[in-house]
Amino acid sequence: MASQAQVCDEIAEIASASDATEAQPHLDYPPYRSSLLRHPTKALHPVDPEGVELWAPAFGERDVDPLEADLTIQHTGEPIGERMIVTGRVVDGDGRPVRHQLVEVWQANAGGRYIHQRDQHPSPIDPNFTGAGRCLTDVDGTYSFTTIKPGPYPWKNHRNAWRPAHIHFSLFGIEFTQRMVTQMYFPGDPLFALDPIYQSVTDPKARERLVASYDHDVTQHEWCTGYRWDIVLSGSHRTRMEDDG
Amino acid sequence: MTLAPTPGQTVGPFFGYALPYDGGPALVPAGRADAIRLHGRVLDGAGDPVPDALLELSQPDADGVVPQQSGSLSRDGFTFTGWGRSATDTAGRYGFTTVTPGPRVPGAAAYFALTVFARGLLDRLLTRIYLPGDDAVLDTDALLASLPAERRSTLIATADQTGFVFDVRLQGDGETVFLSYPRH
Repeated sequence: MASQAQVCDEIAEIASASDATEAQPHLDYPPYRSSLLRHPTKALHPVDPEGVELWAPAFGERDVDPLEADLTIQHTGEPIGERMIVTGRVVDGDGRPVRHQLVEVWQANAGGRYIHQRDQHPSPIDPNFTGAGRCLTDVDGTYSFTTIKPGPYPWKNHRNAWRPAHIHFSLFGIEFTQRMVTQMYFPGDPLFALDPIYQSVTDPKARERLVASYDHDVTQHEWCTGYRWDIVLSGSHRTRMEDDG
Repeated sequence: MTLAPTPGQTVGPFFGYALPYDGGPALVPAGRADAIRLHGRVLDGAGDPVPDALLELSQPDADGVVPQQSGSLSRDGFTFTGWGRSATDTAGRYGFTTVTPGPRVPGAAAYFALTVFARGLLDRLLTRIYLPGDDAVLDTDALLASLPAERRSTLIATADQTGFVFDVRLQGDGETVFLSYPRH
């Protein structure tokens, strides 16, 4: 098993050879060992979107209960940890709000443990925290979740590997082509430089777009801290109808 | 104005309690007269099954119309939303119950649109699953025509008794053609 220093050397070598304007992660990124057999070796094939590719699935009130946006009220007791709100806007590449669209999140608990059965690292399960939520954006493209700040956690990529604390986000735009799953990080995390998943985005400015900002205007008096994270999807192709905004 | 996009990141290993949901793979009930099954496996570069992948299917209805109905997350058994989600099992198998998509315009090749997520895959992949059968129709398709024969075949399902079979090969022999679109 490689050491952290070896993985950091691999990360630095790829960074120095990379085009600093690449906005998306490298699919072929050996420091993330699980990518070795799971990245396509051939270039993505360019095609113009048509038909179903010009539409995203529609979600509505029957799909999502507003209570699902609060991850702290899913059990009988209060979860342990730093209560926080994370909010922001989902916009497309032209800056237009993605309205009434589904946002899904999942995350570890305050101790860095997922409820998922595959996560067996020795940090306690919180019986009052599942760590999954969803909501619909409003007319401005704004989403908001109330949750607990997740902890960092160890993984088996290399010796003494730790993931920076993060919340997984699943996002839809107004078109099939805009579908995205990503991870939101917290400002100033000391694990950023050590993490091959975060570093798989080799443009430092693009990486920073994965990091939320602390926002005292979101923080609530004697209740919770607040973070803001805006999300920009790729550009759309379809001429927008009134309903799309 | 074009804004710099937020990067994608891998779906990771722990989405299983959050993203799959009851009814996700059933775009229509299995008992419906025109229901078909679209199924297959997700395979890695060694040919081994990928047990922690998540696939999403988008498609028009049998008449080629793209539905804009909500209700994919709480299906009522009657509304066709044209969208579904299936995680792979321990053998890397996925499966959807749906209807055969119609062509976008009469005479065009019909296909499903597919999104692929997996642990180890740093960003989602997008592709198409074309219906097998009429070679004259498939030959008129711009995407298929732009591919060499051995790559083109990776995008065409095969028929079985219940519907269609389509394997996603992330890497190596028979690597599936994955797509990029302008403005990405």
